[in-house]
Amino acid sequence: MPKLTIEELEKLRERAKKQTFLRETTDYRAKITVHMGTCGIAAGAREIMNAFLKEVQEKDVTDVLLTNSGCAGLCSREPMVTVEIKGQAPVKYVDLTPEKVKVIFEKHVLGGEIVQDYALGIGSEKTDY
Amino acid sequence: MEDLSLHLLDVAENSLAAQATRVIITLEINTANKTLRLIIEDNGQGMDKQTLKKAVDPFFTTKKTRRIGLGLSLLAQAAHATGGQFSIESKPGQGTKVSTLFYTDHWDFKPLGDIPQTLLTLVLGHPEVELIFIYRRDDKETIFSTKEVKAKLNGLPLNSPAAIPLIMNHINKAMNL
Ligand SMILES: Nc1ncnc2c1ncn2[C@@H]1O[C@H](COP(=O)(O)OP(=O)(O)OP(=O)(O)O)[C@@H](O)[C@H]1O
Ligand code: FES
Ligand SMILES: [Mg+2]
Repeated sequence: MPKLTIEELEKLRERAKKQTFLRETTDYRAKITVHMGTCGIAAGAREIMNAFLKEVQEKDVTDVLLTNSGCAGLCSREPMVTVEIKGQAPVKYVDLTPEKVKVIFEKHVLGGEIVQDYALGIGSEKTDY
Repeated sequence: MEDLSLHLLDVAENSLAAQATRVIITLEINTANKTLRLIIEDNGQGMDKQTLKKAVDPFFTTKKTRRIGLGLSLLAQAAHATGGQFSIESKPGQGTKVSTLFYTDHWDFKPLGDIPQTLLTLVLGHPEVELIFIYRRDDKETIFSTKEVKAKLNGLPLNSPAAIPLIMNHINKAMNL
């Protein structure tokens, strides 16, 4: 494995100056969990993860934790994520596309406003086989 | 599943669900024999004989959220479709090894897909887990390991936004054979 080049180090240091990092995984304001079960992956969960990653990088956000977990039990509504703003109830978003991710990131993750149109309706949280 | 990189993500997620702290992925391409081997090895909780026997059965899962498990049977299918092989070894408390062999010149061989994106997803989704990716093409070999990246990050967590370009850089280097 090649050593970290001076260039790489410089870049890192530069970014480090601008940002305060998540030191601990509990140290976040918002947590986004992408569900990575088999049907989630087959339906495009990795692209959804990637879309959130882009948002995080483009908007230079440092207090959002992006993670993944197993299946959430709703195969027909994948890909699916859970957005959790610290201190608030988690919200599940279903049938996601990269376009929807942009809206959810801007409105909910950054703005704190739930995007009802894409959220799993209350009472519909039953498992469908 | 569209391509092998998605199968890999799926099967590696099994390892993580089984509480593995280390996952070793080996991708071996032999251009002369036209074969591809994909091996996923973990130190997770493993399976007892009975579970192991049923693990490739699509109607078996230990999940509570859904009654069918698809991941392993889909991968087995994909390998067999090319005339290849699929096997699992597992020991309770020790870990699991999933091995596949594909014939790359077979009509039914799925494309490799975006391996770097799968690795990045695994690293970011589970930064606490040690991930080792060994890539061999004929007689050449490269390795990506989260341990090495971590050592360069100076205490910066793997999943912090600033670490992502460095991780990507290392993954791409490892894929460059
Ligand atoms: N690496 C592993 N370690 C321990 N147990 C495993 C491992 N991989 C698979 N299993 C067991 O085999 C079962 C079947 O796995 P499979 O991936 O086919 O389906 P699943 O994970 O249950 O559901 P999904 O379709 O979402 O993947 C799992 O439920 C689990 O009990
Ligand atoms: S993977 Fe099928 S419901 Fe989550
Ligand atoms: Mg699985």
